[in-house]
Amino acid sequence: MPETPPLVEVEDLTVRFVTRESTVSAVNGVSFSMAPGEVLCMLGESGSGKSVTMRALMRLLPPRRSRIEGRIRIAGQDVLALDEAGLRRLRGGIAAMIFQEPMTAFDPVMRVGDQIAEVVALHRGASHAAGRRRALELFDLVRIPSAQRRLDAYPHELSGGLRQRAMIAMALSCEPSLLLADEPTTALDATVQIQVLILLRKLQRELGMSVIFVTHDLGVAAEIADRVAVMYAGRVVESGTVRQVLRTPLHPYTAGLLASTVHDQPPDQLLSTIPGAPPDLRALPPGCSFAPRCPRTISDCTLRAPEAVQPAPGRLARCIRAQETLLETA
Amino acid sequence: MSAAPLFLRDPRDVGGPAQPLLDVRDLRKHFPIRGGALQRVVAKVHAVDGVSFSVMKGETLGIVGESGCGKSTLARLLMRLVEPDSGEQVFDGEEVGSARGISVAGLRRQVQMVFQDSASSLNPRMPVQGSVAFGPRAHGMGPAESVALARELLQQVGLNPALFGPRYPHELSGGQKQRVNIARALALRPRMVILDEAVSALDKSVEAQVLNLLRSLKQQMNLTYIFISHDLSVVRWISDRVMVMYLGEVVEIGPAEQIYTAPRHPYTRALLASRPSMDPDHRLEEPPVTGDPPNPVNPPAGCRFHTRCPHAEAVCSARAPRLGLTQGARDHHAACHLHDPASGHSLAMVRH
Repeated sequence: MPETPPLVEVEDLTVRFVTRESTVSAVNGVSFSMAPGEVLCMLGESGSGKSVTMRALMRLLPPRRSRIEGRIRIAGQDVLALDEAGLRRLRGGIAAMIFQEPMTAFDPVMRVGDQIAEVVALHRGASHAAGRRRALELFDLVRIPSAQRRLDAYPHELSGGLRQRAMIAMALSCEPSLLLADEPTTALDATVQIQVLILLRKLQRELGMSVIFVTHDLGVAAEIADRVAVMYAGRVVESGTVRQVLRTPLHPYTAGLLASTVHDQPPDQLLSTIPGAPPDLRALPPGCSFAPRCPRTISDCTLRAPEAVQPAPGRLARCIRAQETLLETA
Repeated sequence: MSAAPLFLRDPRDVGGPAQPLLDVRDLRKHFPIRGGALQRVVAKVHAVDGVSFSVMKGETLGIVGESGCGKSTLARLLMRLVEPDSGEQVFDGEEVGSARGISVAGLRRQVQMVFQDSASSLNPRMPVQGSVAFGPRAHGMGPAESVALARELLQQVGLNPALFGPRYPHELSGGQKQRVNIARALALRPRMVILDEAVSALDKSVEAQVLNLLRSLKQQMNLTYIFISHDLSVVRWISDRVMVMYLGEVVEIGPAEQIYTAPRHPYTRALLASRPSMDPDHRLEEPPVTGDPPNPVNPPAGCRFHTRCPHAEAVCSARAPRLGLTQGARDHHAACHLHDPASGHSLAMVRH
């Protein structure tokens, strides 16, 4: 089998936010790699470090207050060593990012068509007119109806769904090989969310790009992911293909999340829950961060943070009982 | 002195179990949009447009719909946080705001609300037990007694009062703050609680805890809920009946099980079909409907869903359908020409 070099390689990434009062350990040793053309879902709850990891990949974290360690390589470049010019080429050129709230990603007093033209002009040295032509192509690509007219709209004149499509168009303007999507469908209405998900899936296939999709929603992951990485308290606690992770979870946190997500459970029964709340990132518990809430804790769990084990090909889990779990579910 | 009642019944229960706790008729609220130099009304947001429904004692009515459908405005109208333009609201047989009925203050003693944003609904400078005790204090309870009640309520919502009572909101997690908000809503012993996206901001693992809590409190305290959410799965789990709204109107209302297994309105069907599948082998290939919900400022004429409906015909843009009983189902109403044999729609069900 020919080995294609990974597009993204993250090794032992840690991010700390340092203030006078406290140090917040937001990301605590995240490692993953992804092949070109793959869709990876980072699944986790608020504070799990999924968005911070995304921002670290693009070097969008405030440089003075954040301490980033580890290694990040995107398309062969060492992201943490890039200078300003290199970062400008990376952002928008090699990797582009879309966010939950497109209203804050656009300039509110500039027509959306002009904003896209500006990006194209900046990255490609094209003229403004050529940029506008590219913007029209892109609006057609993301299936915005009456594209020509919509180019002259201001962001507030577009509906939520169209605004999100326009942001996707802007992100794709310079044909990035990697798209970072940070909860791009979370703020959308149900009937619009599924439209944008299907669009992203089609575009990903047509353009052959890699996508890292951050979400807290298991259903969204089931719709879009090839592989899933489940994050908890700044660590990837489990990863594998979307079928493996959603059908036979190896980490008790993933299992708990699946069981407590309301999806057509019988109304006459109580929902199963994960007791307690996620840990305080200013003072993480020793050992496994999930141990205080875990139904399968044994005394060894609190000794040290569990190493990632590979109980099955292509699967990783940070749980000392993962092998046992796999045997039980098999 | 009256004789001891035969049944242990809430003395506030005026009409008995057969009378709806809340009955709303043709409730309407349009928000004016002003513009120009003279600040004249240039348009109106049709937030709630002729909504009628009732809620029986002890039941949970779920309300679903997308943004702009008017579900949150409706909640605020029911609490009279916003004055309706027209319409009638009857609480346990007494008309709200009329001379012979129940006053707005009287209504608010019996109906309480929990909002989505757990942080902004608490006073940041007050220990949470103070926030819970605030309502009873304002209604004349003594300081010691009200704090004792607050601590009892904190216990009931699963927070250790000795540990959490003296804390300030910023010292609590989102789920804990929402528990405090629930305790505060219950402090006046209301008969009805309106939950407006009350679990939407919580993480999934915490959401399930709070949902279980809401269900057990309802049983313990004999409550009636109006549960507003955009999350269809959550609404199905908690509701006895479900009401679906679209652009300020009710398009379908009926028993939860029927709404989810045999939806009648094309919008309800589209909404249910838009839910992610949870199964990577059965992904949705085509979106059930296209486009965004239209702007409620100038809602489409006729049936408001006709611009996105796969079954739309001329009659749908000409005439607005009435909310009517659907065939073969008890207590299941839909506002769609397809279900009105006399509508003239070519696919309309013909009555036997």
